[in-house]
Amino acid sequence: MTDQMIAPVRPETVDIDAAIGILKERFPDAVKDDTREGYGGVIVERGQLVEIATVMRDELGFDYLSSATAVDYLGIEDSMEMVYHAYRTTGGSPLVFKAQTPRENSSVPSLIDIWPGVDFQEREAYDLYGIAFPGHPNQKRILMWEGFNGHPMRKDWKEAYYEEEHKPFDSRWPKGMVRRAEELNVYGKNVEYPADFDLSRLSDDTESSLYAGMGLGVNVEALDNTDELKTDRLVVNLGPHHPSTHGVFRMVVTLNGETIETLEPVMGYLHRNHEQIGERNAWLYNMAFTDRLDYICSMSNNLGYALAVEQLMSRGMRYTPPTYRAEVIRVLMVELTRIVNHLWAIGFLLNDLGAFFTPALYAIAEREKILDFFEATAGSRLMCNYMRFGGVFKDLPERIHSTASLLNDKVRDFDTMQYITELITEALPRAVDELDRFLTDSEIVKTRTIGVGYLPAETAIAYSAAGPLLRGSGVAYDVRRAEPYSIYPELDFDVAVRYNGDIYDRYLIRIDEMRESLRILKQILPRLEHTKGESFFAGNKAVYMPRVALGEAYGRVENPKGELGYYVVSQGDPKGPQNPWRYHVRAPSFINLTALGQMCKGQKVADVVAILGSIDIVLGETDR
Amino acid sequence: MSSLDLRQLHDTEFPIPDEMQGNLAITSLSKVYNWSRRSSVWPMLFGLACCAIEMIATAAARYDTARFGMEVMRASPRQSDLMIVSGTVTKKMVVPIVRLYNQMPEPKYVLAMGACASGGGPFKEGYNVVSGIDQYVPVDVYVPGCPPTPQALINGLIALQKKIDGQSLANMDDVPWYGVGPSDPVPIPILGPDIIDPRQMGLIRQQAMAAAAGQPYGLRELPTVPMKIVSKTASAAGMVEVDAISVVDEAAEADRKARRQDAVARKRAFLAKS
Amino acid sequence: MYGVGILKGLGVTIRHFFNTYVEDLRYVGKKLNSTQEFERRQGAGSSGIYTVQYPEEKIAVPERFRFVPFLVVEDDDHPERPGHDWCTACGICAKVCPPQCIWIVRMEDPVTKRPIPQPEAFFIDIDICMNCGFCAEFCPFDAIKMDHDYELADYDRTGVHIHDKDKLSKPFSYWRSIAPTTAWEEAVDRGGWEHIDIIKQKQKTGAPVAKPGAAWDSPYVPPIVPVKEEAPAEAAATGVPAAGAAEAATAATEMPVEDAAKEERRKKREAALARKHAKEQDGEG
Ligand code: SF4
Ligand code: SF4
Ligand code: SF4
Repeated sequence: MTDQMIAPVRPETVDIDAAIGILKERFPDAVKDDTREGYGGVIVERGQLVEIATVMRDELGFDYLSSATAVDYLGIEDSMEMVYHAYRTTGGSPLVFKAQTPRENSSVPSLIDIWPGVDFQEREAYDLYGIAFPGHPNQKRILMWEGFNGHPMRKDWKEAYYEEEHKPFDSRWPKGMVRRAEELNVYGKNVEYPADFDLSRLSDDTESSLYAGMGLGVNVEALDNTDELKTDRLVVNLGPHHPSTHGVFRMVVTLNGETIETLEPVMGYLHRNHEQIGERNAWLYNMAFTDRLDYICSMSNNLGYALAVEQLMSRGMRYTPPTYRAEVIRVLMVELTRIVNHLWAIGFLLNDLGAFFTPALYAIAEREKILDFFEATAGSRLMCNYMRFGGVFKDLPERIHSTASLLNDKVRDFDTMQYITELITEALPRAVDELDRFLTDSEIVKTRTIGVGYLPAETAIAYSAAGPLLRGSGVAYDVRRAEPYSIYPELDFDVAVRYNGDIYDRYLIRIDEMRESLRILKQILPRLEHTKGESFFAGNKAVYMPRVALGEAYGRVENPKGELGYYVVSQGDPKGPQNPWRYHVRAPSFINLTALGQMCKGQKVADVVAILGSIDIVLGETDR
Repeated sequence: MSSLDLRQLHDTEFPIPDEMQGNLAITSLSKVYNWSRRSSVWPMLFGLACCAIEMIATAAARYDTARFGMEVMRASPRQSDLMIVSGTVTKKMVVPIVRLYNQMPEPKYVLAMGACASGGGPFKEGYNVVSGIDQYVPVDVYVPGCPPTPQALINGLIALQKKIDGQSLANMDDVPWYGVGPSDPVPIPILGPDIIDPRQMGLIRQQAMAAAAGQPYGLRELPTVPMKIVSKTASAAGMVEVDAISVVDEAAEADRKARRQDAVARKRAFLAKS
Repeated sequence: MYGVGILKGLGVTIRHFFNTYVEDLRYVGKKLNSTQEFERRQGAGSSGIYTVQYPEEKIAVPERFRFVPFLVVEDDDHPERPGHDWCTACGICAKVCPPQCIWIVRMEDPVTKRPIPQPEAFFIDIDICMNCGFCAEFCPFDAIKMDHDYELADYDRTGVHIHDKDKLSKPFSYWRSIAPTTAWEEAVDRGGWEHIDIIKQKQKTGAPVAKPGAAWDSPYVPPIVPVKEEAPAEAAATGVPAAGAAEAATAATEMPVEDAAKEERRKKREAALARKHAKEQDGEG
């Protein structure tokens, strides 16, 4: 059988359709086309999932599993589904495959042996959907706590403040019954207890279950072994309130002396139910919510979501793609965001290394200038909410100016183009050079970072690492090049890549990327001038209830922190549903953390903080 | 003086002995005390969500909280006076927050920054989100906005300073850490099937009993809250009564009164003892 | 050589350190706090000290700035309908609000029970509002706008954080004063300065409509109330977007910014002072 398989082209270079063909040939019973309206890829028999996945990775070259997520089709097919998006690190479009399971006792074999990067994603699916993953070594809840009642993303699970299935709610207009949601709850709080709630067993065992099996206490046998230095294993908690965890992140580490033996990330302290709220929301609403994912880069979060929904819209009727000017403005904003993020990341990496606040202050100073521009254009410093389906919210303002409305208000007035030109051609390059001069050669920085937190290329790919973490390990994978979107194909820039895979290289990657972004921005400036006055929006005006075709879409962008993907499913109302059936965020911060334990093993405890800083996570995105 | 009577000191009618007339300036101790307290409010280095980014921006060079003596962000609750709750409080996170709050030394203040910390914010409906940190710990200043800009946050910090200025040493309700000792710790919530506030155990038990007895229990029943008409609007057709309501939470009001009376009683007991 | 990198880095810090004093030297004897100086200090190419001395000097927020929304009502001196809501209770803002924090009660005729296009009550819970601006963006009547007043810190939230109509309503001239360019753009789209319904009505009857950019031939043009003298008057005029190019050409010079009466400025200032004062008293109470 393998003899027939030998084709003139190597299987790992064939395109998606041919790859699916090969799969179907190999597993005629287990692989079927996904023929639902608007869907793509294949549906895989869950019994053979592991075998098929092995073929995908080893023979077809899909070495990078970008996203794995669950969907609950209650009322449509009454089944659950795991959806996987596998890519090649050489670029190209995804191989989408799905495994279906009944809603009761749902289980899908774990793919952790094929792609270790699914670790957290499978735990998330278990936590929120209750899908079991036989073969997963650590199948515990990840975002909620052990003992939480139910699996909240299931479509039949209702939260305490449940009001209606979909927004907009009827109680808002025309008879606005103003009420705080607390008032409708007997407890006056956002809580709900199950009917069979056993009050006699009331104890908080979330912590003990976490520590179980971590080998607490003194190992007497080891004490007898007189050849070795006597060290106890010690469990140390970093976080959730810890200045260096960049938010409410927690790491439980077991130490042998000062050396890390195991590190377990504990998250969910900022789990704001983004996805569940997103499924109640109408399509447009989520744009404002995406701002709050990675709250340092709201512009690029917006873009990813806009791309995903535009994909869906483009399959329907009457769709006009974004105009050229819209794309130019989008890229302008997104690249500025990249600089904002990397400035921030470098500043706070240095914080973690012990250079408390001076580098961060310099970085924030430059960042403020960009934020001023965002504020004048989009209306808010952080929560830009700027992209719309088919364009952007508004054109760049002619002038960045203000009027005084409060006591002691001081006004400013700049020409916008002049302002950003000065920013892009002078201020920011100067700032980047200065940071470079300030830090790159510093011996202290070098000693603390070189060779620390090493992540080899194969491991980085296997763990689905993305962004600077992946490129710092020598994998030149950048969505802007691998699967270009917007006007990136016509822009001239290089994918920054470094090969040592340590903290220092991740730092250098960020400096490089800022330089590349500035290079892109310099190409954007003439395009902005050139398209001045053209429409920044496709069609007439942004509509608040866009028509969205049935089906699924996966939109991804190269966010400053890595690949940000949105998996959206529109289902239900055949006329074009007003709400996403499934809204999933493939969050780079979340998935990049999968490799953290690996990177920290054997390092000193002081380096953990630096390694975490070099991954550059943001908790809004990690926990969603 | 064997025992310092603070009320006496505060009294501007405090008699100055004749021989010292003219050599002595009297200011209110409260004033000096408050001035030094409010000029060195040390916030806890503690960020929760998006708002924390704006909090850091506020602490950075452009807005610079050092101008208010607030630049010393302490990572340890034991050294901080102010907890800026900067962002969404989730059920999972409220447990450590309450712990941190209990560990802060008196006098301690809480500033709820942003819509989320004040009352739940855009994520309020989410199953893991607490509708405002004031359901668990008392809040001194609320700063609305999503996120509040750095200037808005400083505005809130100035409001806090004013609050400190307004506190009087003579009134032990204002400064309970003098005399009656620190306030009782807030009971730490428990993560059960949902978050459990130990202060609500009675209610929860009641509801569980109702559930066991097959009676309606739990949620989505309208509690009988008193409602009042807030405004009457003139319409073209004359005065029309608005059925929009705002709710006066009598229970909370009574609770507040009870706590206040409790504090007063403790103060009296303390004064009687000394 | 070991240590060169550190020295280079320290050089950067030293430069930053001295830069903060350069201004003091450069402006010795000159007025440092002028508007031009503020602009330079807060501009793209600024270096050295750029701290905003917040309560004494505040960065005025740009026009598109979003904080909590407010409702536009007619000015008190409007000849026909002073204090009338622009809102027609169409409910679109409640439908586009992502966290669903707007409650609208549409007015009803007490006898016939037919809806009247006016809001009877209007609530926004600012503890939920995410300042996204969708309500302002999609309101077809330009009746809800994003406010610029961010100084809302408070000691209590139960009573005040659900803004009712009284609290939300602000006159149209306020909107024109905080966002002259945007207000102008919107007026161009509407075809006149007044509420779209009034314009339509007037067009039907043939009454003159105050057009933005055209001469002020109408009996009523809402005044624009600049607060500060230093506010560059040209700002508003030059901020004409390319979108309304046709009208823009004629209009660029006609923004009546200079006309603003000193009286109004004083009133505004007093109002701000009163507000501030009230807050202070709150603080002491
Ligand atoms: S108030 Fe807004 S900005 Fe602040 S934490 Fe909540 S969502 Fe984020
Ligand atoms: S969209 Fe505008 S007119 Fe309609 S109800 Fe809202 S504020 Fe009123
Ligand atoms: S700004 Fe956004 S969240 Fe606030 S009321 Fe308007 S639409 Fe709702």
